[in-house]
Amino acid sequence: MSDLSIVQAHQFDDIEQQHDASWIGMWVFLGTEVMFFGGMFTGYTLYRNAYPQAFASASNHLDIWLGTINTAVLICSSFTMALAVRSAQLGERKPIINFLLLTILLGAVFLGIKFTEYYFKFEEHLVPGAAFNYEASLARPAEIFFSFYFAMTGMHALHMIIGIGLLTVLIIKARRGRFSAVYHTPVELVGLYWHFVDIVWIFLFPLLYLVGRHL
Amino acid sequence: MSSGHVLSVKLYAVIFGSLIALTLTTTGVAFMDLGGDLNAVIALAIAVLKALLVILYFMHARYSSRLTWVFAGAGFFWLMILIGGTMDDFLTRNWFGTIG
Amino acid sequence: MERREHYLNVNYGIRSWLFTTDHKRIAWLYLLSVTFFFFIGGFFATLIRLELLTPQGDLVQAETYNKLFTMHGVTMVFFFLIPSIPAVLGNFLVPMMIGARDLAFPRLNLASWYIFILGGLFTVAAAAAGGVDTGWTFYTPYSSIYSNTHVALTVVGIFITGFSSILTGLNFIVTIHTMRAPGMTWFRLPLFIWAHYATSIIFILGTPVIAIALTLVGLERIFHLGIFDPALGGDPLLFQHLFWFYSHPAVYIMILPAMGVVSELIACFSRKRVFGYGFVAFSSLAIAVLGFLVWGHHMFVAGQSVHAGMVFSLLSFLVAIPSAIKVFNWTATLHKGSVSYNAPMLYALGFIGLFTIGGLTGLFLATLGIDIHVHDTYFVIAHFHYIMVGGAVMGYLGGIHFWWPKMTGRTYPEVWARIAALVIFIGFNLTFFPQFILGYLGMPRRYHVYPPEFQVLNVMSTAGASILAVGYVLPLLYLMWSLRYGAVAGANPWRARGLEWQTASPPPTDNFDRTPIVTEGAYAYEKEPEEIYTFGKPAHV
Repeated sequence: MSDLSIVQAHQFDDIEQQHDASWIGMWVFLGTEVMFFGGMFTGYTLYRNAYPQAFASASNHLDIWLGTINTAVLICSSFTMALAVRSAQLGERKPIINFLLLTILLGAVFLGIKFTEYYFKFEEHLVPGAAFNYEASLARPAEIFFSFYFAMTGMHALHMIIGIGLLTVLIIKARRGRFSAVYHTPVELVGLYWHFVDIVWIFLFPLLYLVGRHL
Repeated sequence: MSSGHVLSVKLYAVIFGSLIALTLTTTGVAFMDLGGDLNAVIALAIAVLKALLVILYFMHARYSSRLTWVFAGAGFFWLMILIGGTMDDFLTRNWFGTIG
Repeated sequence: MERREHYLNVNYGIRSWLFTTDHKRIAWLYLLSVTFFFFIGGFFATLIRLELLTPQGDLVQAETYNKLFTMHGVTMVFFFLIPSIPAVLGNFLVPMMIGARDLAFPRLNLASWYIFILGGLFTVAAAAAGGVDTGWTFYTPYSSIYSNTHVALTVVGIFITGFSSILTGLNFIVTIHTMRAPGMTWFRLPLFIWAHYATSIIFILGTPVIAIALTLVGLERIFHLGIFDPALGGDPLLFQHLFWFYSHPAVYIMILPAMGVVSELIACFSRKRVFGYGFVAFSSLAIAVLGFLVWGHHMFVAGQSVHAGMVFSLLSFLVAIPSAIKVFNWTATLHKGSVSYNAPMLYALGFIGLFTIGGLTGLFLATLGIDIHVHDTYFVIAHFHYIMVGGAVMGYLGGIHFWWPKMTGRTYPEVWARIAALVIFIGFNLTFFPQFILGYLGMPRRYHVYPPEFQVLNVMSTAGASILAVGYVLPLLYLMWSLRYGAVAGANPWRARGLEWQTASPPPTDNFDRTPIVTEGAYAYEKEPEEIYTFGKPAHV
């Protein structure tokens, strides 16, 4: 049984208060992330409303199957993350590490597919800027669509990379036996973060990949 | 705040399965013409449902304090204010015109 | 005589300050930083007012003038006004007022200061490299495409500093929710805490939006994305919606903490409970929430729809109500109070008068028909300086003076402090009242030349600014003087009732020797402190 005085910081009265504070703190931080991504969702909403045809056309240039697979991959990683937190709650050690490793692996698969998609878009001259090439009548709003595509998925990918970094730190701590059934707050907090990044993608997928597919 | 509730692997698996099923559904439905804006509405509704499952179960919100719910909801509510105010401007540009 | 140990002398050396996690020391780090930026911003203001002494553009070129008002705005808004009270007084007092040993996340607190400094360095670097000329509002497409100045560097600096705000707000919210002392229920909290809680809500929900807005401007500049570019089908108004969604609530970030300070000062120097405590507490929350619903009033003539204009105009009228409630309640607190006119009280009273004027002129601006004529004129400039300088800065100075004995264990020279407060009040009004008239007469903002008939009022304004400058330098001098030569202060020189006054001046590192137990609401001036607080087990774990 670990000595709680090692993990309880002096400003808190007890370990429960510390845990509550950390839990609430992470939710507050995720609130800021909702507003951060939200600004881009606002811009997206505006332009989709203004240029429905161009957005539908541009969306059809994205690979719906890679997008669907990636969504499933990320959901899997949320599942493994939840199982990692569960193992931490139960005071296990090896399973935490294994589930965290799986989560990282799935995250890496997601990023691999994403960057492959980016490469394809580059080849197809769909990256905004000087090399952008599209059917003339829809070119300008299509370029706006792709600006949002790269900005939003790029920002999401950045958050995933940070998440993988955090998961790595967790694995290092877990291997050193830092977590127990009584204290595993960092695992819970990173779990919250990882699930949030998953939720962002849950909204990005239909908004970017599923516009006007029936046309 | 988080109750320390340990959820069963089975529950997580059910949620996971539901999320995968909803993903396949939303992709499949995207190819069907549901008329008007319904495609977008359905896609967003499915996304909201998926997000709720993640928040309630994977993020343990269902078993957490009301304060957690307030914080979880506040962000989305505030985002609606941002989108709502911006879209009010754009969607009503032709009603009475603009100044300047 | 034995030297009592407290947070300032518990250890020495630069490392004990740069690696501190003590919220009180971090407050000092911020105090020094924001003071530095205040005088930088003041320097830019000096050049602006000197140029405006004459109708011709004879001191600086137009492009340089554009950089001056931009840098003045950026420095003052992001590096002085927004952090000032929360990061200095809030950091110092929030844990003490609720009976805690520190904030919830002390290391995050230190990180937020380093992040603030890093952001400041980027912005100073941009200034040194030639500055920015877009205005602090960074309107597109000028900022995203056409400006040739250091936009990217500056927006990176502001983006980074935004994180500092977010972490401070996060720390305050969590601390207030989870670390109140036994018996400190929500409705026994000082109004300063309510004000900082409301401010923290704005930090959390607003700051990320300007972060993404500026990020998109940066991406547009670097990668030629075309989101705000009309030539590519983009809408410049999208930027303005994202920008003002934060920047309007930002002005409430600047004023709410000052209102919190004023509540404390009015109560103490009237020796009375604040009238309508509950109303004042809820009005802080109301301002924070309603403040998020009015941002479009900055865009009435920018091409926004009339419908949206009407909605935002109506909501802007509504947001004045909770502010008015505070002014009425402070005034009612003074009634039949035992009022004394120490320097902090002079600042508080000055705040009430000047904030009222600033706030009322906001209603004129919120009126669509009037705004068409005074938008982008000196009327707007006078309006927001009345609130930000006549309001927020005076609140800040009042708070610094009031809590100076607690923070330093020294008293400041009262006579000089009153003189400075008076000089500031006079200098302020002489600077900014003429600007209301100038704006009404049609003088536009952000121009370094103007028609000759406006010169008299401009000269008055510049004269006022020079008096104001003297007023600001005075506290800098006598406060520094007091650190060495000021009379030693006791634990409670003002005989105030807050928890922060029930411990030594300066306080020990853990704030209280024993955990306070609260049995009464704030401002119980009809009782003695011993009747309100008891102390439990030793605080140190």
